[in-house]
Amino acid sequence: MTYKVTEEGNVNTVFLNGEIDMDVTEKAKEVILPLVESGKEVHLNLKDVSYMDSSGISVLIESHQKALENNTKVIVKEVSKSVLKVIMMAKLEQILNLE
Amino acid sequence: MNIEESKDFLVSTASLKEVRVFSREVFEKLKLEQDLKDELVLAIAEAAQNIVKHGYKGVDSTTDRMQIKISMKDSELEIGFFDKGKAVVPGNVQHRKLDDIKPGGLGTFFIKQIMDGAVFKKDEKGWVNHLVLTKKIS
Repeated sequence: MTYKVTEEGNVNTVFLNGEIDMDVTEKAKEVILPLVESGKEVHLNLKDVSYMDSSGISVLIESHQKALENNTKVIVKEVSKSVLKVIMMAKLEQILNLE
Repeated sequence: MNIEESKDFLVSTASLKEVRVFSREVFEKLKLEQDLKDELVLAIAEAAQNIVKHGYKGVDSTTDRMQIKISMKDSELEIGFFDKGKAVVPGNVQHRKLDDIKPGGLGTFFIKQIMDGAVFKKDEKGWVNHLVLTKKIS
């Protein structure tokens, strides 16, 4: 997994790339959670994420819940087809902010 | 097409990518449709992850290996997982309730959603755990 972070106003966008599994979830959390904890709105762009397992889904849930605690929000954007299938299998499409 | 392929992997999170590559290669030979391949690879990766995460819980690193065997005979797909981690008590293998939104606990749910069967069998070749996942391929 690789990533890129951009900042525009009060929004940080994290572009994730590659496959997200248990081997990289700590790295993903180290990138995403501090941004959420800073109180900024965080956009997670998943258009280049080709695979995500339950560990990756856990990162999305944790980010979402951390945002609620910090009175901000995480928006999951441009979800690839394969990742959307996993999100829907977990019945999270109504819980996470998907765009 | 009937097939039987087996490969062993170091018990480590770093092996999960290798597990997916192996699985994709086998399913490529079986010429399964892409959506089904993706689901099966996810189920296999989740089962392998469970070995690393739960079978070796509290173990920083190990030289132990796990084995995955994929076989297809008469449209019945069978995937075997062999490991020497902590013995699994099948009754304790449960996924969390879906409406209890929290990180974790989804891997087993995904496996049950994707596969027709998931049972632990008694192994006679020196492994501690032998999980068998099955699915009828139409």
